[in-house]
Amino acid sequence: MKNTTKKIYRKSALTFLVCLVAILFLFPMVLTVSNSFMTEKEIEQNYSSLSPTYLSGSEDETDKYVNLKLIPDEVVLKQYYTVLVKRLQFLLMFWNSVILTVPVILGQIIIASMAAYAFGKLKFRGREQLFFIYIITMLMPFQVTLVPNYIVADKLGLVGNYLSIILPGIFGTFGVFLLRQFMVYIPDEYCEAVRVDGGSHLDIFFRIILPMSKTGIASLAILVFIDNWNMVEQPLIFLQDVAKQPLSIYLSVVNSGEMGIAFAASTLYMIPMLLVFLYGENYLVEGIQLSGIKG
Amino acid sequence: MKKIKNKKPDQITAIFFLAPSLIGFSIFFLIPFIVSIYYSLVDSPINGTFCGLTNYTQLLSNPIFLRAGFNTLVFTGISVPLIMAISLGLAILLNNSIYGRNIFRAFFISPLVIPVASVVLIWQIIFSYSGSLNSILSVFGLTPVDWMDTNWARLVVLVVYLWKNAGYSMVLFLAGLQNIPVQYYESAYIDGATSWRCFKSITLVYLTPTSFFVFIISIVNSFKVFRETYLIAGSYPHESIYILQHYMNNMFSSLDYQKLTSAALIMAVCIVALVSFLFKFERKISRSIQ
Repeated sequence: MKNTTKKIYRKSALTFLVCLVAILFLFPMVLTVSNSFMTEKEIEQNYSSLSPTYLSGSEDETDKYVNLKLIPDEVVLKQYYTVLVKRLQFLLMFWNSVILTVPVILGQIIIASMAAYAFGKLKFRGREQLFFIYIITMLMPFQVTLVPNYIVADKLGLVGNYLSIILPGIFGTFGVFLLRQFMVYIPDEYCEAVRVDGGSHLDIFFRIILPMSKTGIASLAILVFIDNWNMVEQPLIFLQDVAKQPLSIYLSVVNSGEMGIAFAASTLYMIPMLLVFLYGENYLVEGIQLSGIKG
Repeated sequence: MKKIKNKKPDQITAIFFLAPSLIGFSIFFLIPFIVSIYYSLVDSPINGTFCGLTNYTQLLSNPIFLRAGFNTLVFTGISVPLIMAISLGLAILLNNSIYGRNIFRAFFISPLVIPVASVVLIWQIIFSYSGSLNSILSVFGLTPVDWMDTNWARLVVLVVYLWKNAGYSMVLFLAGLQNIPVQYYESAYIDGATSWRCFKSITLVYLTPTSFFVFIISIVNSFKVFRETYLIAGSYPHESIYILQHYMNNMFSSLDYQKLTSAALIMAVCIVALVSFLFKFERKISRSIQ
């Protein structure tokens, strides 16, 4: 009896501790969302000290610092109205993000699942070495191949075109790595069974490997989505035309006079990711775990 | 008999399945990489003549490059051990019996899915000179700190990195923890081992393979912190957080391809050396555990 109350105490204390950490993790997101519902005036009041005019001008002590407020005085949807209805620029850039993300997800799934089958289930000369090269490529920062990539895009006439980002994205080696980790664990007996029945490698691929890799493919889709929705470096280099850039770039240059709009736009930009997360958290977790399995 | 029959078709089928990936990989990664080697060895991008390792020697005596390289090393050196400790701590907390474990797990992973650009504003609000962190300091009568324009900028980038990536490593550690058989702990308790002893001799030892991957992935993610730094502080942040990627990006803007490719190749060589070393080391260690 005494033991169980002690256990409950321990459990509650630990939960409390975890709770404190969780608040730190959630804080930036919650603040963005709550601020997106504030009136322009309230935002102005809270953050006036951030604007550059403050530094040179007034010495008013009262609003020397920003005023962090979690709960709006008055909940309004005006910022959303501005972003979604009055300014088409936002929707355009949101759409640009979609264009830069969806083809990469679909393309990488197709290309990577084929290559992953070769790496995971077929024996060929140089397999280990080639796979090591793929892993190394996956680990390199984008800047390492920046110039040559630019030159290739230039030679193919792709600079300024979405394809200059989509194509390298499709051939990214992360998908090959992740799906290979998944396919290695599909028992060989299934593949053998198809062979005994006279099936070809294509039969094995389509009837066994792909259906059994559904979870792995879902994990890959989510991880690629996260990565590409977040894209910053590539558009800066390859898409000089502002009208073509994704929302991630715009959000970083929005000026302080428009903070209210920026909060609303930021919130809207998070929504697809949060929906995917709510729906596919387990796939995401599995994808992460898969990336950490040795093999 | 069967083996001989199996061996040859595999080679051809493998080429068939690999071809799409390999062609794209060659065009967009392999050939560009080889072209970079060429650029790093000539004196001008247009009709350049071979100039040996001049670009490299120039680079290695360039104070800005050295600064950027040093900063990259310092940041990776501090952030990687720190994120490993924190995410292991979180994983152990979540592995205990607590209420609502799955919800908390989701909370800790959530920064991973939140677009960097969406929370840049929040970081600026917190860390700017008139930001909320200084506001809190002033309540306690402390002098405000110029977070973004002094060496403290390192701390800002560190916080942003930890916030964003701790969840990823935590998930890996959590899986590692769940793979340790409970019986190990039970028999250790029966033998009278303290919980610290159990942690040291069971948890840490059996997490070694996981830790290697967390280590590699944390290093890779520490390079990706450029996105955050760039969005918060632009192309020319305070010199303490000016890392190699800033240098390369700025060299690109000023069309200095030779410097850029040389810098890129130095970085690539370092990464390859590090990863090969870790893989070898890991193989040795896992063999000694089993």
